[in-house]
Amino acid sequence: MKNAFLRFATLAPIPCSLFLIGCHQDKLPQPALDAVADNAPVHGDVFVESTIGDASRLNPLLATDSTSGAICNYVFNGLVKYDKDLRLVGDLAKSWEIRRGGLEILFHLRPGVRWHDGQPFTSRDVLFTYSVLVDTNVATPFGADFADVRRVEAVDGLTVRVLYRRPFAPALESWGMGMIPEHIFLTGPVNGHPANRRPVGTGPFKFVEWKADEKIILEANLDYFEGRPHFDRVVTRIIPDSSVEFLELRSESIDSMGLTPDQYQAYPEFFRRYNKFRYPAFSYTFLAFNMNHPFFKDVRVRRALGLALDKRDIIQGVLLGFGRPATGPFPPSSWAFDPTVPDTPYDPDRARALLAEAGWKDADGDGTLEKDARPFHFTVITNQGNKLRELTATILQAHLARVGVKMDIRILEWSSFLHNYVDKNNFDALVLGWNLSRDPDQYVIWHSSQRGPGKYNFAGYANPVADKLWEEARRTFDLVERRRLYHKLHRILNEDAPYLFLYYPESLPTVHKRVQGVQPAPAGIGWNFREWFVPRALQKYRLAAN
Amino acid sequence: MTVPLLIGITLVSFLVMRLAPGGPTDAATDLNVKASADARARLTKLYGLDKPWPVQYGLWLGRLARLDFGKSFKDDRPVLQKIRERLPATLALNILSLLLIFGAAVPLGVLSAVKQNSLFDRTATVFVFVGYAIPAFWLSLLLMILFGLKLGWLPLSGLRSLNHDEFSAAGKILDLAKHLALPVFVSAFTGLAGLSRYMRNGVLEVIRQDYVRTARAKGLPESRVIRTHALRNALIPVVTILGLSLPDLIGGSFIFETIFAYPGMGRLGYDAIIARDYPVVMGVGTMAALLTLLGNLTADLAYAWVDPRIRYAR
Repeated sequence: MKNAFLRFATLAPIPCSLFLIGCHQDKLPQPALDAVADNAPVHGDVFVESTIGDASRLNPLLATDSTSGAICNYVFNGLVKYDKDLRLVGDLAKSWEIRRGGLEILFHLRPGVRWHDGQPFTSRDVLFTYSVLVDTNVATPFGADFADVRRVEAVDGLTVRVLYRRPFAPALESWGMGMIPEHIFLTGPVNGHPANRRPVGTGPFKFVEWKADEKIILEANLDYFEGRPHFDRVVTRIIPDSSVEFLELRSESIDSMGLTPDQYQAYPEFFRRYNKFRYPAFSYTFLAFNMNHPFFKDVRVRRALGLALDKRDIIQGVLLGFGRPATGPFPPSSWAFDPTVPDTPYDPDRARALLAEAGWKDADGDGTLEKDARPFHFTVITNQGNKLRELTATILQAHLARVGVKMDIRILEWSSFLHNYVDKNNFDALVLGWNLSRDPDQYVIWHSSQRGPGKYNFAGYANPVADKLWEEARRTFDLVERRRLYHKLHRILNEDAPYLFLYYPESLPTVHKRVQGVQPAPAGIGWNFREWFVPRALQKYRLAAN
Repeated sequence: MTVPLLIGITLVSFLVMRLAPGGPTDAATDLNVKASADARARLTKLYGLDKPWPVQYGLWLGRLARLDFGKSFKDDRPVLQKIRERLPATLALNILSLLLIFGAAVPLGVLSAVKQNSLFDRTATVFVFVGYAIPAFWLSLLLMILFGLKLGWLPLSGLRSLNHDEFSAAGKILDLAKHLALPVFVSAFTGLAGLSRYMRNGVLEVIRQDYVRTARAKGLPESRVIRTHALRNALIPVVTILGLSLPDLIGGSFIFETIFAYPGMGRLGYDAIIARDYPVVMGVGTMAALLTLLGNLTADLAYAWVDPRIRYAR
């Protein structure tokens, strides 16, 4: 019995001597929390976050789950990164040149950067990272972004030249991929390499310890090239149940979590010691039509259903107001978003008129429209386990009933939903959401070549004008010109209505009040995490003098 | 007998898992616009999933014969190592709660039987059935709010405090005990009903037997009659249950482990099923099957020990 405990406890001993005072944290001087304003930043304290699932591999090339991705962001750097306004800036590359219309990108690497084990970071590591990305024996799903790369070569130790077969504007973003160290991975195959559990990166935090299904501990990289982060450590606890996560927040055992709209509006006393933030998330929820379905071939029908729908009801009912109506495929914080594209108004009368124009009339007076003796009756599918989508579908159902359209809802297990219905284009309409990358290229979702089983244009949308624009936009490096193309696409998709763009939800994070320096920006709040700090008097976990 | 049975069980679990829609590459590629069809095919090939299933099963069985459970698709680590990491925590929780269940259920059952239909008997009945009927996750949350949040006596979830490694040996044990208190209590309380009922019925049946009347007629004190003569025979069904709970010892409970953020086997198995991580699912399943068979065997042997009427022919 006792042996079992001891063995478990000694599986991975902490190799350093941090001393955390964790048990008596609730004796903080409470009023001081609000009184402390702009103190000079100081080092120290530990930031405790939580996540629903354990990480899988702490290697940016293999990290496909959100926890692994988040930890990799602390430990690794790409050549480029997004700044707070979602503009690409240098990270491990101090600058870059785009030559020959995008056929060549020249990266100038930052000198003097060292891996966490002290080895210098050089162009060899960039070449190595690329070779792993395109290695067919490596379990990375990220190779597609590099498919157009013809060759990557080291000009010298700190200069890398990337040659492309054709210009590809999202290519620059793809070099935000975390760089991995060649000298570590030379010892064996990448897939099961021990370094995937003990990562060595260049980032602001170094890996310390990972206890499976319990927690992952990182510590400040004192030699970080932009200066050490103020926190001594970051601990990510794995708490699989979100109501328990919220209890942990209430007891101040964790410093940050993403809230649901319900939790955001919970009693104020829960949040006396936390700051709450809200900003648009990089995602949207939609109803996609199967455009091969006889009902939805006619754009008038698709528009009519949009008019019949009061998005405010959905946003109020589903998101408790924490969201805004979606007008197209780009989120409001993206530079591709065109704010002049109007939202479809709620106008059931016009919806009825449009449907009548398309031939849908209630001839037999049973409250449901018919055309050629066929009632307007279809089924919307969505996945199980996402309460927000289920509620959205329910509200849609009620609104469409008002204009004489009968809609059924089927809720399907995720895997079956995706593989038996979406992939096979076997549905009338579906409710789903897209999480978007920062680069606005959505060629694979909207281009007519991307229709067909298992591809992402499952709506079956095909518009030659839009096809041209998507192709052109991903070849254009000039930001002003590229923005113009996406603004056009935004408007076209809004008018063609292959989806009913429903809403942009908001991110609702909360951070403990003792943490200073949190600045919400279009990129969210995490962008300057390195600069967050806790004034000495409020520090909760202290380092032992050692 | 045991080996063909085990192979049969693994074959069925193998097939059931393959019949479920989706596959292990989904987590990486589903609705991931960065993952092309090529990437999916590449992962499928890497995992060896492009081969026909009988070949895959044959390969798996071949490895199993060398006690190699394969590597997890999720992180390429040996399945046995993943199980070994979580086993001590699960064993600790389950052994403690099993001890608590037996410690409470045996006296409760015996007393209920001896004082059949008394106020004690009725109260005990209500108590164990409340435990049986109450949803474990709900009770857990309420207790967490009471002891963790309002009173602050116990930690809410997890297995160890963040500063666990800095404690002295005694401090470490105390820390673990605090973290284990709620999960052990809830799992014991909700699992009490079956065993205490079996115990009560067992004793009731035995004390009506002739030899118990004989013992009383000899003038033995009642306590001795119950303890020496009745109890041993009444324990037979309990031994069966004990044998059958052997796989539960490592099985873990997904609900407890999720609520208490407890790093155990239940979450490992559940996450593996959701991610279609076939090697882990098969590894956990095979171990459970093996322990079930072992449990049955142990129970059979134990009968002979508690019940002098049962003897196995040589």
